[in-house]
Amino acid sequence: MRFGVAVFPGSNAADCYHIIDQVLGHSVAYIWHQERDLTGFDCVILPGGFSYGDYLRAGSVASLAPVMEETVKFAEQGGLVLGIGNGFQVLLEADLLPGAMRRNEIPQFRCHDVFLKVESNTLPFTNRYRRGEVIRVPSAHGEGNYYIDHQELAKMEQQGQVVFRYCTEAGEITPEANPNGSIENIAGVCSKKGNVLGLMPHPERCAEEILGNTAGRRVFLSILNWLGINQQKKVIVHG
Amino acid sequence: MADQKPVWQEMGLTAGEYDKICEILGREPNYLETGLFAVLWSEHCSYKNSRPVLKKFPTEGKRVLQGPGENAGAVDIGDGQAVVFKVESHNHPSAIEPYEGAATGVGGVARDIFTMGARPIAALNSLRFGSLDDPWVRHLLSGVVAGIGGYGNRIGAPTVGGDIFFHSSFKGNPLVNAMCVGLVDHDKIVRGQAAGPGNLVLIAGAKTGSDGVHGCTFASEELTEETEAPAVQRGDPFMEKLLMEACLEVMEKGHVVGIQDLGAAGLTSSSAEMAGRADTGLELDLSLVPIRDEGVTPYEMMLSESQERMLMVLEPQDEEAVKEIFTKWGVEATVIGKVTEDNIYRLRDGDDIIAEVPVKALTDSPVWYPEQREPEYYQQLRSWKPDNLPVPEDLSLVLSQLLASPNIASKEWVYTQFDHSVLLNTVVGPGADAAVLRIKGTPKGIAMTTDGNSRYCYLDPRRGGAIVVAEAARNLSCVGAEPVGLTDGLNFGNPEKPEIFWQFCQAAEGISEACRALDIPVVSGNVSFYNEFKGEAIYPTPVVGMIGLLPDASKHVTQAFQDSGDKIVLLGKFVPQLGSSEYLSVVHGLEAGAVPELDLEQEKRVQECCRALIRNGMTKSAHDCAEGGLAVALAECCISGKLGATLQLPFEGREDNYLFGEVQSCIVVTCVPGELANVLQTAANSGISSLVLGQTGGNHFIIQDQAGRVLIKQHVEELDKVWRGSISKYF
Repeated sequence: MRFGVAVFPGSNAADCYHIIDQVLGHSVAYIWHQERDLTGFDCVILPGGFSYGDYLRAGSVASLAPVMEETVKFAEQGGLVLGIGNGFQVLLEADLLPGAMRRNEIPQFRCHDVFLKVESNTLPFTNRYRRGEVIRVPSAHGEGNYYIDHQELAKMEQQGQVVFRYCTEAGEITPEANPNGSIENIAGVCSKKGNVLGLMPHPERCAEEILGNTAGRRVFLSILNWLGINQQKKVIVHG
Repeated sequence: MADQKPVWQEMGLTAGEYDKICEILGREPNYLETGLFAVLWSEHCSYKNSRPVLKKFPTEGKRVLQGPGENAGAVDIGDGQAVVFKVESHNHPSAIEPYEGAATGVGGVARDIFTMGARPIAALNSLRFGSLDDPWVRHLLSGVVAGIGGYGNRIGAPTVGGDIFFHSSFKGNPLVNAMCVGLVDHDKIVRGQAAGPGNLVLIAGAKTGSDGVHGCTFASEELTEETEAPAVQRGDPFMEKLLMEACLEVMEKGHVVGIQDLGAAGLTSSSAEMAGRADTGLELDLSLVPIRDEGVTPYEMMLSESQERMLMVLEPQDEEAVKEIFTKWGVEATVIGKVTEDNIYRLRDGDDIIAEVPVKALTDSPVWYPEQREPEYYQQLRSWKPDNLPVPEDLSLVLSQLLASPNIASKEWVYTQFDHSVLLNTVVGPGADAAVLRIKGTPKGIAMTTDGNSRYCYLDPRRGGAIVVAEAARNLSCVGAEPVGLTDGLNFGNPEKPEIFWQFCQAAEGISEACRALDIPVVSGNVSFYNEFKGEAIYPTPVVGMIGLLPDASKHVTQAFQDSGDKIVLLGKFVPQLGSSEYLSVVHGLEAGAVPELDLEQEKRVQECCRALIRNGMTKSAHDCAEGGLAVALAECCISGKLGATLQLPFEGREDNYLFGEVQSCIVVTCVPGELANVLQTAANSGISSLVLGQTGGNHFIIQDQAGRVLIKQHVEELDKVWRGSISKYF
């Protein structure tokens, strides 16, 4: 199993790399934004940060990078793609996920822990969580206000594409628990086939004991679990 | 025009200085040369007023790898690793253009760190503003906070701590001091030296424009309402990040002889200082410098403070490899000159020599010894006694008032705008006594804090200066870290006023005393004078940024009370006093009285005891008594831990004194009842007093006097609301 972490100028690619390399002990390589060869990777991670400075709409420039052209093909072939923070924004701009991102309702960058409700645990990224489980995860962004129109939203809900929602510690989906104004408290969504996930909070920032929280580690363990089982069975994600 | 000033005077030189320049050169300097001298001999670049005073700081120690004089200081943290750190002010730019001023402050100090070969792993900031009731102050604060976040967040280093204080003296001249901390292996430390005649000089990063010309002469004057902003520089954090990655890669590959960022006085200071340190000469051809706009003159080019630029010296055979790395990161890099052996600083415009002066003449500016005089207020204010001060009826209300004071209240509104968890090292983030970062691949951790106390330093600059150092060290000890070095940011008014220069000298004395007693070397720093608005100086504000070391990052504590039934113990001699306290200011509207006594020997022992308790796992929380006194310190422990406590205080005298009076060298710790005897014994062995005050538990914060009379009783959630909402409600 091999992970690739895309590096756009301005990405914080070292964080996800560290988790896979040092915490999980799995094979991982950086993929420079101008590269076009994704051969040998089982999962591509688009990390957080400010790709190309994000002076334009966040993620918009990165979505046009050569590595993204290849990532789109990779995803179409069923490869696993995980976008975190800025990576989620890039996935939206690249049309790998539905919806769009706006500036936070209160137009400020905010860094704090949020509580997330795991709405789907059948995905390659969430199979080590319980459905409905509440996890605490660090969040740090200024443009995380997810939007999609109601018709599309209904379709997504029906197809189980809403994966994480902001909630209270007790698991209630309330306006107070929504840190950025996202529609229906949405924090993370997946593609129809389930092989592409984007989320704003940062599971890689809570994956080690020393940092006081390991709730995010299971996103990566889920991927390993999924790849392990499905490589043996040669199954493609969601049929 | 008969009254037109000569050029040298326009540029900020004195008649004496100009004569001296003519004497050194044996002729009159041309326009460009005059400009070079004017910026390099300005206070901002030359420290001509402060240098003799700064020499008194202890700068040596067994861990010091690099003391003052370089881009930043470096301290050994074991395993062949070092932390590199520095604080820098960006006060005047932030007063005019809060967002860009603060942003470029963050960028500038980050460059000082990666210039040393170190990767920035943390940022902190020390801020001073006027009263939040003033809409202009809120505008400044919003802009500064957004600017720090806008830049710091984009370069991908977490902002993990800082301090902020509000006082009317900062209304027109806020203070924005930014600190950056980097990590590097000893053998990878690079210095700012233009060594090796024949080596190439390369400029990398952004193109040079005419922005920020005269930034350092601007920094060396008082602000008035008429102050015209010299185009405050605009920051480009994306370019900074590219420049950083490219420079770190070039240095990692060993291609760099010397490197320095272009900060104040841009190309002039970076190139002259590098040649000065290496005792070489330098020749630059300005026609080769990449410029942003047509028509940038050589004079502007030399003085431009365009951001995100680096000057690098390399051996000729490395030129291609270096350029390749810069190209990969999309950063422009151009050879603009070479190192020479003639000790002459020579500028060309193509074939024409346009300036030619000895390097040492530029870098060894004359030293001034300004007059100093004890200000009249000093004796008058310190003789104040609380005898006629009424004791308030409702002490619970006083506690709420203090928790709501922006100087004590939660700073969440500020620090949640900064990314503090990126890079995956933040074990304890902002809002604690000190931040703790783990060092990947080792069990160890480093702790860091910034501290200052403008009010103490106004009322008694010498003791105030010592207290700033003691408090910073105490904050590190409260998380379990041993202080290993500090950087200072010295913010004062106009040093040409004898009273201001007195404040400066006194504060420096105090800092030196405390550093010597606590054995903490000063490894880098920054002086910012002329912090005045309409002739009124700010409260003197030396701030320190301090780094501490934890052998095991997992063995740390925070201020939060942990579990019900734990014993609460006060370490240190409790001799509170009302003079100069936040209580006196908030409740009685007075800023007077003596500053708390500081016994540095006791301070050292209390801190050692606290660290020992934490390392041995005997204590579950620790918090120092600071602004607001014992009652506020205890309330903060309850709020952080979401846990009540009941305390019976065995003290005599007026209640407001022992509840809210301020004191030095005192720390509140907690332990399980079974450890209590050990904790008290450890304190006794350390030669310090200790006192059991009560225990944790319940939802209320309750303080009784020695007769059992309830003085304060409040629900912890209510205290939390007051404390947490106080600053955010202004926005």
